[in-house]
Amino acid sequence: MKRVARISDDALSIACGAEAVAQAFEAAGCTVERVSSWGMHWLEPLVEIDGIGYGPAMPADVPAMLDGTSAKCIGKISDHPFIAGQQRLTFARAGKTRPLSLEDYATTGGWAGLNRARSLEPAQVVAEVLQSGLRGRGGAGFPAGVKWKTVAKAAGARKYIVCNADEGDSGTFADRMLMEGDPFQLIEGMAIAAYAVGAQRGYIYVRSEYPHAIAKLNAAIELAAGIIAPLRLEVRMGAGAYVCGEETSLLNSIEGKRGEVRAKPPLPALQGLFGCPTVVNNVLTLAAVPHILTEGGASLYDSLGVDRSKGTMPIQLAGNIKHGGLYEIAFGITLNELIYEIGGGTASGRPVKAVQVGGPLGAYIPPDQFDLRFAYEDYAQADALIGHAGIVVFDESADMGHMARFAMEFCAAESCGKCTPCRIGSTRGVELIDRIRAGGRGVDAVEVLPQMHNARKTRRSTEDDIALLEDLCETMKFGSLCALGGFTPYPVLSALKHWPEDFRP
Amino acid sequence: MANSQDLAQLIAAHAGKEGALLPILHDVQHAFGCVDGEAEAAIAKALNLSRAEVHGVVSFYHDFTPAADLRPHIELCRAEACKARGVEALVDAAQVAAGERVKLKTVYCLGLCSVGPAARMGDALYARLDQAALVALVEQA
Repeated sequence: MKRVARISDDALSIACGAEAVAQAFEAAGCTVERVSSWGMHWLEPLVEIDGIGYGPAMPADVPAMLDGTSAKCIGKISDHPFIAGQQRLTFARAGKTRPLSLEDYATTGGWAGLNRARSLEPAQVVAEVLQSGLRGRGGAGFPAGVKWKTVAKAAGARKYIVCNADEGDSGTFADRMLMEGDPFQLIEGMAIAAYAVGAQRGYIYVRSEYPHAIAKLNAAIELAAGIIAPLRLEVRMGAGAYVCGEETSLLNSIEGKRGEVRAKPPLPALQGLFGCPTVVNNVLTLAAVPHILTEGGASLYDSLGVDRSKGTMPIQLAGNIKHGGLYEIAFGITLNELIYEIGGGTASGRPVKAVQVGGPLGAYIPPDQFDLRFAYEDYAQADALIGHAGIVVFDESADMGHMARFAMEFCAAESCGKCTPCRIGSTRGVELIDRIRAGGRGVDAVEVLPQMHNARKTRRSTEDDIALLEDLCETMKFGSLCALGGFTPYPVLSALKHWPEDFRP
Repeated sequence: MANSQDLAQLIAAHAGKEGALLPILHDVQHAFGCVDGEAEAAIAKALNLSRAEVHGVVSFYHDFTPAADLRPHIELCRAEACKARGVEALVDAAQVAAGERVKLKTVYCLGLCSVGPAARMGDALYARLDQAALVALVEQA
């Protein structure tokens, strides 16, 4: 019998050279099964032969892997501490199934949630999601059940389910991994949501930077069309605008408009896509639903986590970290555990200087706060946010003044332009940080003109400029329409607070 | 530029879709390498929109360009996670290697944040780039 080598066909594995390894196994006479990724990215391409893992594999390693003498052997994959320590619910199938195999999906508990949901009244389905305590995984953490209830009760013949898969935050890749590795689970979650609120159509809005995910989703939707009927799903591709991850600009984008943010109210739950009641949920939120709807799933979910942060979170370890990848665990874990015990410290071997949690709009956290519990409220109290649970680690070579400037620069590049604090504030922020880092500036010729009654006539000190930057951040935080302008101050102010030395000339 | 018959076919393929504009623009950009004024006018007419509305959308999104650039494109991620893994130190050498022959574009995040620095050329992805690997990629583009 031919030996079977299991290799992931996740985009990340492919980027690390999985295709060449797969071809080398085929050339050696093996059967190659393309599965999803286990999420141990430092070991990709990871090869599994009879349950034993080898990584990172190169084509030249094939003979040694086949006779079991390879130095890249990591032992039984499921016993690896990185995997054994996790509580995988959303990513239960990661590494184990072929992404587009309906058979693999069904034999690993697939469609059980949808089948059970359909045996219940829609209102009961909503009640179970409420009971589970599931909160939006996109960043805002709004209770999913409350949103569903609003849409279910809204009047309207047409309703929509929209999946926000515009995962633009740097340091996050869980949505991509789920769409590529377990697309049926997302589809099942959307089908349950559609049944619960009475929607007939659904859209998955995926960023154009994820062509592999789009291809997998399109194939999976075609395969599952009969199972999820009468719900009809369609993938829509973004066009390179970060702001379209904000739900109202995402809706505008699907409608074929500029991705500008809408003022709320009206809430999308009442007047969303094409003015109809719409559920907009993140990939991870919808993918958590099939498990919650299985027998006893809601109470199990509710029993995990801490306080009002219930269930598990797929945390993404990224940046300068030795063992990067996907780590799903119940809320409550600390950064110390995540970065040192699980992540093994920095990849460069130098001390950790900062971590950014929650993407480009998340705060920079210094090592002395690494005992912070991973939970929505704990982070909010520390002036930080969980966001999409991406953690980017920086070593001591990072220049935090530069990172603060980059946060403003990114906001300026990606602002939709609708509200002034974000559109103009971000550009002024870049200039201001440059000025502080250059040692301030003198009084300019226009400012000293007698007509300029309100202009300052004396040179600004660095303290004055920093106060101005803080003022600007305050304005952006409270004056912006959406999280792009509203949260850009988090990385800027946290960098300024914890590493003021990086702002000196 | 756009053969008007091809253009009409691309537009017709999405007829009747809700919010058909973005799918059409993607197809046009893919087929012709740009969405120029002529294409904007044809799309506007087909969707019963004003040209200003279509132009507003085209100019909003980074993926659509008004003129075709036939050079090979390499998209290099320079977002936080790749910065933390040292992408900034590679940029100058890559730019020198690219010269005017290759278009080196900055993108923010390819979703390969644990194995950066990362780059993309067409649908091909590259991870764990060091200076030699990135320069080689640019030179062979």
